[in-house]
Amino acid sequence: MVDKKQLYHCMYRIRRFEEAVLDEFKRGVFSGTTHTYIGQEANAAGVIGCLQEQDVIVTNHRCHGHFLAYGGGMRALFAELMGKATGVCAGRGGSQHLHYRNLYSNGVQGGIVPIAAGMALAEKRKGSGAVTVVFIGDGTLGQGVVYESMNMASLWSLPLLVVVENNHIAQTTPTTSALAGSIPARFEAFGIRATELDNSDAATIQNAAEKIISEVRSASRPQALILNTVRFAAHSKGDDTRGAVEMDKLKAARDPLKILGARLAAAELDTIHREIDDEVQAAFQTALADPLPTLEETR
Amino acid sequence: MNKSLLDSLNSALLAALTEDERVLLLGEDILDPYGGAFKVTRGCSTAFPERVFTTPISEAGLGGVCAGLALRGMRPVLEIMFGDFTTLLADQLINHISKFRWMYNNSVEVPLVVRAPMGGRRGYGPTHSQTLEKLYLGVPGLTVAAPLNFDLPFSGDCAGGLLKKIILEGNSPVLFVENKLQYLLPMLGAFELKDFDVTVSYGADDTAKRYPYLTLAVKGAPAARLTLTAYGYMAELARQAQLKLAYEDEIFTELVVPTRLAPFDLALVIESTAQSGRLLTIEEGTGTLGWGAEVLARAAERLPGIHAARVAALDLPVPAAPALEKAVLPQVEDIIAAVKKMV
Repeated sequence: MVDKKQLYHCMYRIRRFEEAVLDEFKRGVFSGTTHTYIGQEANAAGVIGCLQEQDVIVTNHRCHGHFLAYGGGMRALFAELMGKATGVCAGRGGSQHLHYRNLYSNGVQGGIVPIAAGMALAEKRKGSGAVTVVFIGDGTLGQGVVYESMNMASLWSLPLLVVVENNHIAQTTPTTSALAGSIPARFEAFGIRATELDNSDAATIQNAAEKIISEVRSASRPQALILNTVRFAAHSKGDDTRGAVEMDKLKAARDPLKILGARLAAAELDTIHREIDDEVQAAFQTALADPLPTLEETR
Repeated sequence: MNKSLLDSLNSALLAALTEDERVLLLGEDILDPYGGAFKVTRGCSTAFPERVFTTPISEAGLGGVCAGLALRGMRPVLEIMFGDFTTLLADQLINHISKFRWMYNNSVEVPLVVRAPMGGRRGYGPTHSQTLEKLYLGVPGLTVAAPLNFDLPFSGDCAGGLLKKIILEGNSPVLFVENKLQYLLPMLGAFELKDFDVTVSYGADDTAKRYPYLTLAVKGAPAARLTLTAYGYMAELARQAQLKLAYEDEIFTELVVPTRLAPFDLALVIESTAQSGRLLTIEEGTGTLGWGAEVLARAAERLPGIHAARVAALDLPVPAAPALEKAVLPQVEDIIAAVKKMV
């Protein structure tokens, strides 16, 4: 658990990083694609703040927020997106394919879930006491392998937490066009307890996550945490089909920075903002000057 | 009586479980008393009940579970009941398992083995008889290996010995392609192979000397007029064809047998073909865009003007009817006919 200042710090760090990414993409500094976490910061901050040193995180194409909340460096992530030798994976993976300490991400929907189950099984066998947390989205629920994984995770009593960040839209397809039935019932059918929140308050999410993670750890049983959330930016760069009025309403009601920021003193916010704005600038400039990788280095 | 290739693989699994606590076996119906559809895991769950997992019918999920186990320090061995079902875990093999090490800048290792019996000739029909490994050749980061029913002083046991080394010493993912008819073959030693000169070598990149390449020529024969190359069960059929051609037709050939199909080291095939001028590839999978096609293309790049041909299954589903299956899959007679057409 971390205090609300730290939660805000974590979320503001993600927000400013992602805003810089979108700005600089327009200027051609980055190559490839990206999927920003803007609007969903309370999920990463709230859940990852509850993890212990030995815990494992498996994440997806929208992984910058999880990486930064886990303590990943801004320079390394900027450099990875720029295709530099100093990137998280020396430029080999790019935005969606990161490995840092006990955090792993991959860009194909669904396949990361059985991998997280296998990691939970390995940690259980080693007796490490680690909980494995896998982050998926509502779109991922369309993949059959998710349900194979839930079956095995429950059957083998794995210390696995599945966090569903339901932003109600998969690329451009709303959940109403892609999802039948109930999300919690999907997990409950396998004997996995599911908790659902509809909240962008990082402190509330952290309180729920703390309890669930501690239960997963002590009982060595899987659980699911369904976090209804709002993605403020496009799926990747410019491909948003939602209306501006609808988005403005959501941003006014569900901005995790505004929600938690209202409970911090103005001076505290100023300090955090200044510190992180400087960090973003310095990390970006350093990454920009970093060397390119060569094929020879990969052999 | 020599032990069979099945016995050799079975002993290897038991030995690997004994020697390293990180080794886990997973698969459908692999527990005793059944011991797996082809009995390769027989005895393993009795000896190591905590480390042998019978699983739901969830190949895609199991591929991922093994990837996660391997990334976190275990050495999982996954049995796929029929090789045909490897398509269900293709996403894991291609987009996850084979990618992690390289795309994570060599910061992880993924030591896992997927064992899968391929092949027909048992009348199981179109979805339980295929030879599909060509789909997985040329996937960067994925090694594809095939055992051989040889156990020679210089090569070691090319079935269980090879499997055990891969499980215990490997640090990257391996698809280990078995063949259903290979299971019953006796392991051949120096005595059984006394009619052959056998040489053993290793790929230039295989510094651990894990994957033997064998070259067979009939003992005392003059220089080969044709080079054959085949692996797995087809190597056994090619060896039988080689003997018949030598004794009945005085056509002398050299047979090159790899135990690693990908990445593929062509040095021995090139060396032999440079001398013989003719190269015939033999495989049980369908011929179009197959293993043989790649071998011949690479050989032709190095040795312009060679005479090249392929023996493979017809481009059809494998039929259930024995008469049709025999006509679709390559037989010893097909190899002999193809050789005679070339010389």
